[in-house]
Amino acid sequence: MKPFRTALALTLLMTTTALADTKTIATGDLGLVIERAKGSVILIDQSDRAALARIEGLGDLSHASIVYSPDERYAYVFGRDGGLTKVDIVERKIANRVVQGGNSIGGAISDDGKLVAVSNYEPGGVKIFDADTLELVADLPTGSKTIGLVDAPGRKFVFTMWDTGETWIADMSAVKSGGEAEITKIPDMGEYPYDALVTANGRTYITGLFGEDGLTALDLWADNPEPIRVLPNYGRGQEEMPVYKMPHLEGWAHTGAEFVLPAVGHHEVLWIDANSLEETARTKTYGQPVFAMARPDGRQVWVNFAHPLNDTIQVIDSVSKEIVHEFKPGPAVLHMEFTPRGNEIWVSVRDENKVKIYDTHTFELLREIEADSPSGIFFTARAHRTGL
Amino acid sequence: MASTLPLLSLLPALAIAGWAAFSPSTALADGMPVGEGLDTEELKRLVHQDCGSCHGLTLKGGLGPDIRPETLTHYEPDILETVILDGIPDTPMPPWRPLITQEEAQWIALYLLNGDAQ
Repeated sequence: MKPFRTALALTLLMTTTALADTKTIATGDLGLVIERAKGSVILIDQSDRAALARIEGLGDLSHASIVYSPDERYAYVFGRDGGLTKVDIVERKIANRVVQGGNSIGGAISDDGKLVAVSNYEPGGVKIFDADTLELVADLPTGSKTIGLVDAPGRKFVFTMWDTGETWIADMSAVKSGGEAEITKIPDMGEYPYDALVTANGRTYITGLFGEDGLTALDLWADNPEPIRVLPNYGRGQEEMPVYKMPHLEGWAHTGAEFVLPAVGHHEVLWIDANSLEETARTKTYGQPVFAMARPDGRQVWVNFAHPLNDTIQVIDSVSKEIVHEFKPGPAVLHMEFTPRGNEIWVSVRDENKVKIYDTHTFELLREIEADSPSGIFFTARAHRTGL
Repeated sequence: MASTLPLLSLLPALAIAGWAAFSPSTALADGMPVGEGLDTEELKRLVHQDCGSCHGLTLKGGLGPDIRPETLTHYEPDILETVILDGIPDTPMPPWRPLITQEEAQWIALYLLNGDAQ
């Protein structure tokens, strides 16, 4: 820890000097790692496989997530305590911070980069802020814990209610010219939706259900999107196992023709045809999957697991749908992030206080970076992806 | 809290005995202090990290409800212990019986009710 701090102090000194000389700082290969217990983030550099700086004072970051401004200079960090922090990764400091709710869970940035939305458990709803100033632009109370907030093309945000099983589409396009948010409500999405995703083209919104088998999709290109049931019987006849951690659908896997999704309460991932939304296969896994993430080229799917099997990762080949590699990075693997071309994967190993970097072709461990209880890893390349 | 952690880990039995004295009505089972022989640091980690998946790292709630001492104060420890071991049907609260012992669940119930109670 100490050498890291010294290096950090030096880096900070050098940065300050460099800034005075108006040195250009490119951010395209940078990223942030959440240090969940400490309320800080670490600035990381993909090319150097290094930590550059620690930025502190972001509040409770358990279950925190990040979106980036289109210019990849600013990170919006959504903390569990309702904090929304705008981090300037060029100057390596907090640019602005508001505490907007009591208990929040994720956020999104509009396609034009002008609006940042935050999803709240308590009080339930979504708040939308000016990305520049963090001033409140719209408050959308829902009377329910709100999950699965994503951006969609046309200055829209889509989100779902855990308690009532309703999805709302908030069209913010009129707000620019002083108008109101236009809300479309879609009831009957299913029981206890726990998370959702939108496909990279912004067309299909899929929410995972905890309270019943299967998932529910919406075609956002439809004039009046209707809930489409997906795999309504996938667990039927099998004994369900206790679920100790809800899976995540962010970073879900799209391997070209198919989606891969974690099953709830079962040790398997489900393969779904991207067009028909019919099941095409299942792959048995080591434990209950938390993340099932496709390498950007879609060739591999990397899966991590819920407590108590959360020390292991399995890699599935998306052609054969078989497990081609299994290894134990260490205690409590919480998150994985591919480099944008997929040559490397960065893995946070919370209870070992390390981020580990692997080659995705040879599976070789390339480097370890010290981090305090690391969770989410977010590269700036997310700035250019719908739904991330 | 931070300053007492080393003491707790070095002398778990002593620390638990002191803690039992804090809440004598609930901490005794069969005449034995609850927590004897348990890895209480590991159990605390489980509460904050794994219960925390749903209830929040600080236990103030997430998808699952707030389970801080001030919120749980009107619950009997036995009820909490049963909820921990068997879950609550038709809700996301899972049964932890496959992963922990009854004694551990009892310790967690008291920990949730009393906090660190230093």
